[in-house]
Order: sequence, then C-alpha cells, then structure tokens
Amino acid sequence: MDSPNRNDDWDELMRASLGGDDAAYRRLLNSLTPSLRAVTRRGCMRMGAELNDVEDVVQETLLTIHLKRHTWNVGLPIKPWILAIARNKLVDVLRRRGRRIHIPIEDVIETLEALPANYDLDYRDIAGLMKQLGPRDFDVVHSIAVEERPVRDVAERLGMSEGAVRVALHRSLKKLAAIYRRGEIK
Amino acid sequence: MKTEHLITALVADRSSIERPISRTIALYTAGGALLSGLLFFWLIGLRPDFATASETLRFQFKFVVTIALLIPAFVIAWRLSTPEGQQGGWLWALLIAPTALAAACVVDLAVLDPAEWKAKLVGSNSIICVTVIPLLSLPPLTALLFALSQGLTTRPTLAGLAAGLASAALAATLYASNCTDDSPLFVATWYTMAIAAVTMVGAIIGSYVLRW
Repeated sequence: MDSPNRNDDWDELMRASLGGDDAAYRRLLNSLTPSLRAVTRRGCMRMGAELNDVEDVVQETLLTIHLKRHTWNVGLPIKPWILAIARNKLVDVLRRRGRRIHIPIEDVIETLEALPANYDLDYRDIAGLMKQLGPRDFDVVHSIAVEERPVRDVAERLGMSEGAVRVALHRSLKKLAAIYRRGEIK
Repeated sequence: MKTEHLITALVADRSSIERPISRTIALYTAGGALLSGLLFFWLIGLRPDFATASETLRFQFKFVVTIALLIPAFVIAWRLSTPEGQQGGWLWALLIAPTALAAACVVDLAVLDPAEWKAKLVGSNSIICVTVIPLLSLPPLTALLFALSQGLTTRPTLAGLAAGLASAALAATLYASNCTDDSPLFVATWYTMAIAAVTMVGAIIGSYVLRW
C-alpha cells in the first residue's frame, strides 16, 4: 500500500487509539484513507467496475473498521485485518450494484426543505440520512462531523447530556453502516 | 457524506469500543454450555450405571467421537470471527471423528454376531437421541451465533456451520452420558442424524445473520 504517511505504524496507532488516544485515532484514519482509496480503485479497475463507487467503498470500509475494531487481535499485525475488510467491502458493493433501492424524489424534496443552507452533502445522501436517523440524531451527526463541534457544545445546544450525545452518535454510525449495507445511499 | 467528515465522526465516537471478540465468544460459549448442562441434568441426567459404563470401551468411544468434532468445530467458528481469520488445517481435523467412527463400525460389525446388527443399530433410544441432541444444542448455538454476529466473518455460512456443529457436538457429549446405546452403529446412525440437522440449521442461520 502506498500512502502519504507511509511511515505511520498502523499497529501502534491503533493500539494507542484503543488505549484512549484521540489524536492517534485521527492520524490512523487519515493515514488509512488514501491507502484504502488506492486499493479500492485498483480493485474496481481489475473487476471492470466504475470508479464512481470508490469513495463509497472507502467510507464503508472506514465505518466497518471503526465499528468492528474489537475484532482486531492487538497481538497481530493490523494490515491483513484491514485488507480483508477492504476486499470484502469491495466485493460486497460490486455485488449489490444491480439491486439498489433508490429513494423516491418526493422524499428528497421534502427533506431538503427542512435543511439549513450550506449542506455540502450529496442530496440523496442527506435525504436518506435524515429519513433513517431522524432529525435529532441527524443534527447530532451533522454538528459533530460537518461542523466539527465538540460533543459538549452539541449537548448544550440540544439540551442533552454528553453521554446521550455520544450514544446518539454511536447509534447513528451503526445505522449508517446498515444503510450502506442495504445500498440505500446513492 | 464527505470522507473527512466521516472520519471526524468516527474520532468523536472513539470511546465506544466493544469487548474484544475472543472474550465475547468465550463468555457466550461458557454461558450456552452451562445452560445446556443444566438443561441436561434437569431433563435426563446421567445414566444410572454411569460408573460401570465408563469403564467400557464402547461407552468411552462415544466421547472420543463427540469431542473430536467439538474441538475443531469450535476452533473454526472462533477463528472465523475475525475478517482475516482462516480455518486453516482445522477443516481437515473435522475428518478425524467420522473416520474413527467408520473404523469403529467396521470393528463392531466384525465382532458382533450378524443377528445382533439390527438391534444394535436401532437401539432403544433413537427417538430420544434425535430429540435431545437438537434441544440441548439450542442454548450454545444461540449464544455462539450471537457472539459471532458481534464479530466480522468473511465466511458467514461456514462460520454458522461450525457454530452448529460445535453446539451439536457439545449437546451430543452431554447426551452420550445418558444414552445406554453404546454401539458405534447406533452412534453413526442416530447421533449423526441429529448432529447433521443442527449443523445445517447453523449454516442456514449463519448465512443470514453473520453477513455484513
């Protein structure tokens, strides 16, 4: 795998993040992403698939790595574990390309009217997300992910406890993974 | 969603780590096995002549077969709980039990009077055998499939099959200490039937619930 941070020790970074180091986790995910992109692009080309799907697969892979990081055995090298996930996600996405569930245009319009300006997400993306997550959880995800607000601020603004915001975020990420799996986004 | 946003969300969710998968499997398997054991003693318990029976070769051999299935099946299920996990040579180890059982059947046929063959094969507990083994395998199968669903397997059907086989072998190990039919002919017929059914159920359920 070639990546801009080819010197990053992924094993070490993952171990540090499992130990509670946020910065290490961010660095790991940032370092993984270009490599996953390269692997996925190569895979798509080899299987004669369109390159439009690359970023989808990368995101799904990142989500899976995150939600299933307890299946990595800290005593083993992490690269085979990551590659196995990337390979399977790619196969998975290519397999279901034929049977996608599209979101009806009415839902998109309806949802878009409820959105504030400056959303740089894909339209269908947002519609799907809003519908699946519900407005509150969507707000939590959007505030944290896109506006990069700290959990405490989000909790204050929404009148929730920090714990409740964290639970909402985790629940949303799990739902997001399920939405991806069913091919309901894009 | 942009990938950089996703990463920000994942970092914010960093503290939500689950228990390591090996521990989840160990925990649930222990729970399922315990429940199955309790169910066994509550329903039927050991055969009355357990002490004397345990000195006979045929009785002991039943446990050789069930444990020779249990160990590789469990190891396969456990190894397949992570995406890079391989079943490796353990698939071959599964052949030990059927091979040994087939050999024992040949020996039994040789030493028995042909007039006894049918009686030994039919035995007197066939209905109980094919009922109790699936019943006792339910708690460990449920537990193991749930634990595996917390993992990340790339072989859902095989993982489910291994979970089914391990659970059935555990149930058969318990049941063997109650069952008074010790002939390999009986084991090869009725135990096999019960174990195969549970294994198939495991594979089918696994192919659905262990997909990701």
